[in-house]
Amino acid sequence: MVQYTARRVAQAIAVLWAAYTVTFVVLYALPSDPVSILLNQAGGTGRPSADQVAKIQAAYGFDDPIVVQYWHHLVDAFQLDFGQSVSRGQSVTSLLAENLPPTIALTAVALVLTTLIGGGLAFLATYVGWRPLRSFLHRLPAVGVSFPTFWVGLLLIQLFSFSLGWFPATGSGGVSSLVLPALTMSLPTSGILAQVLIRGLDDTLDQAHIATARAKGLSRLTIHTKHALKNASLPALTILGVLVGATVTNAVVAETVFSRLGIGRLAQQAVLAQDIPLVQGIVVLAAGVFVVVNLVVDLIYPLLDPRVLQPTSSRSLAPLEVAA
Amino acid sequence: MALTFTPAPVVATPTDHPVLEIDDLSVGFGPKGRERRVVENLTLSVRPGQVVALVGESGSGKSTTAHAALGLLPAGGRIVGGRITLGGHDVTHADDKAFRHHRGPVVGLVPQDPMVALNPTMRVGEQVAEAVRRRGVPKRSVEVEVVEVLERAGVDNPVVKARQYPHELSGGQRQRVLIAIALAGKPKLLVADEPTSALDATVQRRILDHLDRLVADNGTSLLLITHDLGVAVDRADHLVVMSQGRIVEQGKPAQIAESPQHEYTQRLLDAAPGLGRVRRPAPVPPVDDVVLRFDGVSKEFTSRSGLGSRSRARVLDDVTLDVHRGRTLALVGESGSGKTTALRIAMGLERPTSGRVLFDGVDVASSDRRSLRALRRRFQFVHQNPFAALDPKFSVRDLVAEPLESFRIGDRASRTTTVSKLLDQVALPASYLGRRPAELSGGQRQRVAIARALALEPELLLLDEPVSALDVSVQAQILDLLVDLQSELGLTYVLVSHDLAVVAEVSHQLAVLDGGRIVESGPTQQVFDHPEHALTRALLAAVPGLSLKEAGA
Amino acid sequence: MTLADAELVRPITPAPPTADRDETSSRTRQTAHALLRRPGFLIAVAYVVLVILSAIAPRLFASGDPTQTEPKDKFLAPSLHHLFGTDELGRDLFTRMVHGSALSVEATAISVGLAVVAGLTIGVVSGYAGGWADSLLMRFVDVLLAIPALLLALAIVTALGFGTVNVAIAVGVGLTPGFARVTRAEVLRVKTLPYVEAARSSGAGPLRVLRRHILPNSWGPVAVLAVLDFGTAILAVSSLSFLGFGAPPPEAEWGSLVAAGRTYLVTSPWLTLLPGLAVGAAVYALNHIGKTFEELQRWH
Repeated sequence: MVQYTARRVAQAIAVLWAAYTVTFVVLYALPSDPVSILLNQAGGTGRPSADQVAKIQAAYGFDDPIVVQYWHHLVDAFQLDFGQSVSRGQSVTSLLAENLPPTIALTAVALVLTTLIGGGLAFLATYVGWRPLRSFLHRLPAVGVSFPTFWVGLLLIQLFSFSLGWFPATGSGGVSSLVLPALTMSLPTSGILAQVLIRGLDDTLDQAHIATARAKGLSRLTIHTKHALKNASLPALTILGVLVGATVTNAVVAETVFSRLGIGRLAQQAVLAQDIPLVQGIVVLAAGVFVVVNLVVDLIYPLLDPRVLQPTSSRSLAPLEVAA
Repeated sequence: MALTFTPAPVVATPTDHPVLEIDDLSVGFGPKGRERRVVENLTLSVRPGQVVALVGESGSGKSTTAHAALGLLPAGGRIVGGRITLGGHDVTHADDKAFRHHRGPVVGLVPQDPMVALNPTMRVGEQVAEAVRRRGVPKRSVEVEVVEVLERAGVDNPVVKARQYPHELSGGQRQRVLIAIALAGKPKLLVADEPTSALDATVQRRILDHLDRLVADNGTSLLLITHDLGVAVDRADHLVVMSQGRIVEQGKPAQIAESPQHEYTQRLLDAAPGLGRVRRPAPVPPVDDVVLRFDGVSKEFTSRSGLGSRSRARVLDDVTLDVHRGRTLALVGESGSGKTTALRIAMGLERPTSGRVLFDGVDVASSDRRSLRALRRRFQFVHQNPFAALDPKFSVRDLVAEPLESFRIGDRASRTTTVSKLLDQVALPASYLGRRPAELSGGQRQRVAIARALALEPELLLLDEPVSALDVSVQAQILDLLVDLQSELGLTYVLVSHDLAVVAEVSHQLAVLDGGRIVESGPTQQVFDHPEHALTRALLAAVPGLSLKEAGA
Repeated sequence: MTLADAELVRPITPAPPTADRDETSSRTRQTAHALLRRPGFLIAVAYVVLVILSAIAPRLFASGDPTQTEPKDKFLAPSLHHLFGTDELGRDLFTRMVHGSALSVEATAISVGLAVVAGLTIGVVSGYAGGWADSLLMRFVDVLLAIPALLLALAIVTALGFGTVNVAIAVGVGLTPGFARVTRAEVLRVKTLPYVEAARSSGAGPLRVLRRHILPNSWGPVAVLAVLDFGTAILAVSSLSFLGFGAPPPEAEWGSLVAAGRTYLVTSPWLTLLPGLAVGAAVYALNHIGKTFEELQRWH
């Protein structure tokens, strides 16, 4: 177990490092001229003077070879230093720290909603017996993933703020301002979760051990909750990382639509301002969240699914000799 | 209990009143009015303490009948006529809620495949406990009863097993757990749906013996669904033979076996290995040279577990064998004995850890790709499962012609001629050239696979359980074909099988494998007459239908 | 028993009822029939075809000028004359939507094209070659997957600059890893099937096995994903364009149209809601088509 944990942690760190490298390559090595992008930002709209160029080059180390630049950046990043934001003149780390709390709150609420909506829908879609309703519920998740997040947000504003006046349309104050953006973020991810769960439940309910359970005389509800739901949600756990990633992504749109403070809005503004250090900081942060979530899932999974931990189960030899 | 459904008035059933009565039952699949009937006008009853066997090949409707009796018809299936009475209650059109009250106390199911019939994420004891609790057993005695019923089902070390997960148990033990689950409700009737066809022969026999004993001891009735006429004849008080949804014959097993009334039963009896007409291996050619030699072959697999530790498994251990030209060597063993691995090593699909496999003096294992390719023209492989061994996108013509194309033999026209000739050899009409695998039956697919293997005119065929996926009567046809081809073309076979009855009829030499070692080998007849190793004797004893054969002899 | 007995060829099992039909075409015909019996599928296909047509030949659907302003007709609600209403400058929204398809569909096609080519290559090489090439490529894919697709796209847009093509490339890169994964999984699955082993052991070379057996049998799920990815790409492209990274103002894309209408959400909700609805319908249609293909494959 210790060995397993150590290997997974090492893998996670390696992936995070590689992700950092990818963002570095994309942001610093890909543009033909990062200096002018940065200079555009620093204010001057006119032709930059040689002096300005030299200053930027020195400040960002662009006169060093790219590998040396990479090394310096990596060492800094290791100390959680992603440099100075160009558009805001503040350190990237402090900007991230300032904007993180509202986004965490929003993402947390959105994930809870995702679980409730997606899980509930999947349960109903597979439990309901009446065929027309059943097939309607089976199709519903596809609607959730089909409509653009920004549009869903605007629709919710139109409905619940302007028409009904239940929730504020914009702003980041109080719990009530969380509801609409969180709902906006969770509808697409609920769709993803519901699709995965519905497929898992339908597959599980087709399996032979469900017939065994029915033959015992257990009720449908017992079978659905005790036998099917658990087995079907275990595989669904592995997409938790994807769900969190998608939720964070949706925060970019939702925070922009609802004019909220947060990492997402910061990302939109950073890209609009082509603020390379800030964009990198945000992308690496998101990758870090994804990596950590997946690490946690990987470490918890064996505790939940008894089949994974088996050292030399008969399964590992099964492909060699198919039982006749 | 009976609050939510309207049962027929509970009759004080006299002891000989049937537990299950099926009267003129028809079951259909598909949309109303246009349904495909899978069971038609079936009438059958099971009295208390009686063992009734329902025998038929795949598609005969035997499993559908069993599922109808349990109210577990798969989606799309409906009872379209007749009635089912279970323990005195009419359950023909009972909904799931109403049926639930009969499952457990009246009828219990022993399902088909123990490897998948238990919930993999729930401890064994809890799965039994669910069935125990259905009887309203008080909480504190549940655990005791679980252990007790596991013990009665023949699970060894029940206290420990109850705390384990299904994947930690062997197939036989899992089947016993399933029997325990069925028994836990104290049912009047057990329905066993091919309870042992996924298990090894020796395990199969022990499980069936145990079921027999349970039924005799408790006065429970048993409805045994099986494809194996031998099993049915050995075990049943009453035998029902089904074909294409209808009962073709029923009566006392001994009587049916001795003088079958229906032509289909006759065919089944003929085909049943160990029961029917005795097939003889092809005559042996006068010359005697060794085509293939296993020389001290061992194979180890290292597998990485989920925790990162490596474990080694020795699958073959110092196997030495000679295969003589024009003869059949049979490799027999239970699952995990290494027989398939031996075949794959001979084919060059796996490399041995040590030892050599010599084909006509050339070491297969150490050959490079090119010389192995040249060798492959001379020996070919026929896969176990004809349903997976043919590319679904290919036509029969392309499938059989593929080896010719790979070796660039002939042009398109001449290949088609060759393919037609090959189809003729395996007794398939030339009109099948354009068909795809999905349009063929299992037996026809295996014929195509054999034709493909013959395309390069090989000397040696490696046959991996060539008939185990097929119905009995089709099995017989394929075995006949193999014997014919051998005598016609002078082929050499290495035949891997778990089924001694199959082996007896087609092989000249026999080697019994256990845990990767050869425990016994010699001429087939000799091994059969004087088995020396305990496993060989156990395997022989496990061949179903022997009782009948002895009675008839 | 003699040899003559053994040579007795038994009648083969009766042929299945499909025997007399023209076998080669019957499968395709069956599939076609199954599709035609699904009105939902037909509607979805029709809608997608309309959207593509509107991108190729917008004048077929809206003959007007998408940039022509008509100050007296501003903020008109949807009517027969102006299907989607008019915007703050009196431009006909439906005409702008139809003309905007060109850019949006183009961007979608570029990104899916990129993902398909790159993803297929990585997936096939990785799955078929195995060994170190597989480990290397898959580690790379894992890393790309660790960065949420839209954020990776944001980084690429930051580096490449704004505009339709850059957005399309960014989205395409984001779609590639998923595509590579599915392709590899399919190739791996088919690679170990008995019939591939049978072909190999009857002497077929690796390229022949790949071309004739593995690719034809593994493209199904990959094709389904490609259809679904068209939907994903539409969403991603329009999101990026909504956030302001697409084509600059006088040009209109689906996303930027919604963004532009947003200011007037209170008074003229149709300016945001109708274009978004049209986009969502396109994605839903693609989803439906993909799912239908998937179901058909499961039956066969």
